[in-house]
Amino acid sequence: MSNERHIEDLKEIRSLMEKSTRFLSLSGWSGIMAGTYALLGAYLANDYASSEVFLANPTHLLPFLVIGLGVMAAALVTGAILTYLKAKKNGQTLFDKTALRMVAHIGFPMVVGFFVWLAFALKGGEQFMAGVLLIFYGLGLINGSKYTLNDIRILGVANVTLGVLALFFTHYGLYFWAAGFGLGHIVYGVYMWMRYER
Amino acid sequence: MIQNLNKAFESRLRLGIMSLLMVNVEVDFNTAKELLQVTDGNLASHTNSLEKLAYISVIKEFVGKKPKTSYKATIEGRKAFTAHIDALENLLKNR
Repeated sequence: MSNERHIEDLKEIRSLMEKSTRFLSLSGWSGIMAGTYALLGAYLANDYASSEVFLANPTHLLPFLVIGLGVMAAALVTGAILTYLKAKKNGQTLFDKTALRMVAHIGFPMVVGFFVWLAFALKGGEQFMAGVLLIFYGLGLINGSKYTLNDIRILGVANVTLGVLALFFTHYGLYFWAAGFGLGHIVYGVYMWMRYER
Repeated sequence: MIQNLNKAFESRLRLGIMSLLMVNVEVDFNTAKELLQVTDGNLASHTNSLEKLAYISVIKEFVGKKPKTSYKATIEGRKAFTAHIDALENLLKNR
């Protein structure tokens, strides 16, 4: 029997194992869009932080929450739509087992992080808000990387690192946030797009 | 070396079924069909022969009123599959 047949066998085995356990339709464009929203959000937040309204009343944090949640929602919706389109092109449904598993594994640390973030926001730990978000988001990505394109692990590690730095250099929280969520996503999105989609 | 290759896995489809069951706790009929891109009859006949070899176990249950068939690899099946892959690797390495 020929070698080629065996090599084909092994390739097929590998591909089936990947396809049945990993969600591979994550769209690179959704990363680029998420990063763009984040940069926009950071710009607005920075604007507000130096506005007279805020300086006169520095405990008024609601706009930060609204901007943060707005960015998150916009990124999620865009990401879901773009990923749905890509999944459809690949002949995959968006909510098959692999997709749900990926979402659950990325989501759990993020949900925990959201509450930690909220606690800091409400109980007077404002200076740690940016760092906490980055850390838990990064942990989510690392946790979920086993169930989708492995490359998101790199983005996760970058976010965790920036988040830890942001905890110590609290004055630059917003800059770390813009670097992690904004630039990080854009660089990652472009890389993914070039590697898997072009 | 060649005698370590398992005759049961000469069929690409059977090898495919086992691949799915090595990395998933269980896989239902329709998911397997979709991933392997085969017809009902084809998949059923190969899962039957794997079941006869005791390489996989079959779970039948009802979801609402619909019957659902899922498959699971047995310990025997896992051993056989691993041995087959090792043999394949050795074969390729030694040439």
